[in-house]
Amino acid sequence: MHIPDGFLNVATLATTAAVSAGGIGGAVRMVGKKLGEKQVPLMGILAAFIFAAQMLNFPVAGGTSGHVIGAALAAILLGPWAAVLIMSCVLIAQSLIFQDGGLLALGANIFNMGIVASFSAYYVYKLVTWLAGANRRGTLIGGFTAAWVSVFLASIFCAIELAVSGSSPFGVVLPAMAGVHALIGIGEGLITGAVLVLVLATRADLLQLQRT
Amino acid sequence: MKSKWWLIALAICLAVACLAPLASSSPDGLERVAENEGFLGLGQDAPYQVIADYVFPGIENEALATILAGIVGTLVLFGAAYGLAWLITLRKKQLA
Repeated sequence: MHIPDGFLNVATLATTAAVSAGGIGGAVRMVGKKLGEKQVPLMGILAAFIFAAQMLNFPVAGGTSGHVIGAALAAILLGPWAAVLIMSCVLIAQSLIFQDGGLLALGANIFNMGIVASFSAYYVYKLVTWLAGANRRGTLIGGFTAAWVSVFLASIFCAIELAVSGSSPFGVVLPAMAGVHALIGIGEGLITGAVLVLVLATRADLLQLQRT
Repeated sequence: MKSKWWLIALAICLAVACLAPLASSSPDGLERVAENEGFLGLGQDAPYQVIADYVFPGIENEALATILAGIVGTLVLFGAAYGLAWLITLRKKQLA
């Protein structure tokens, strides 16, 4: 869902850049308050994993592919603010080094896949684990649901930005983006769930850290 | 052992990057929508290229070039996010 340059108009670029810059500033402050020394390597690992996992496009219907965003996993393990920082690192590197996602569209991409995806995933996960219980089953159902919602909502915001910029009419681009990403979200949900199973089996304490 | 868990985790990340040549090369969700709805042409290429499209330049074997791009990116991101987190926690310690 990396938006290239040229899809968004100046007003949308400026707005999303301002919101994302504010979000990153807030994230640095919040992470500074909350992050423990023991979680520093996990920040690096999650950024590395999300970058690698994003390279693995999986096929979805009709000659289309999708890849994970990864914000949900980061938000579940380290909280939404740390997830915003991790996603910003990934998206900045992808844009600067790998020419994936426009330079001017960086603010919009950080907003959609960083801020929207991280916070939606975090609160959906909280809600589901509260309803289903903070056990193994709750963690998996919560992880899957949070991951799906994060992809779906990010695609909705992406569609709104495209429509506001005049690239495509709202009534066309919104259902198209939502439809494809409802499918891609299933992949995100399954992969997020699988990684959470691995974390529960090897480092369950990482999930405990987040609860306190 | 426990203090070095992240070395094992980083090795897993690098292994994931090595799977990249198996990835689907179909357009992703946004690209598909842009193509179908006729606004793909609005997109502009970056003014410069470093490791464009996750293919390391100057290597003929495309699978190898993709794996190399993946390994470079994975290491860069581990270093960048680790360094950023370290700086942020360092600042907290100094303020305290």
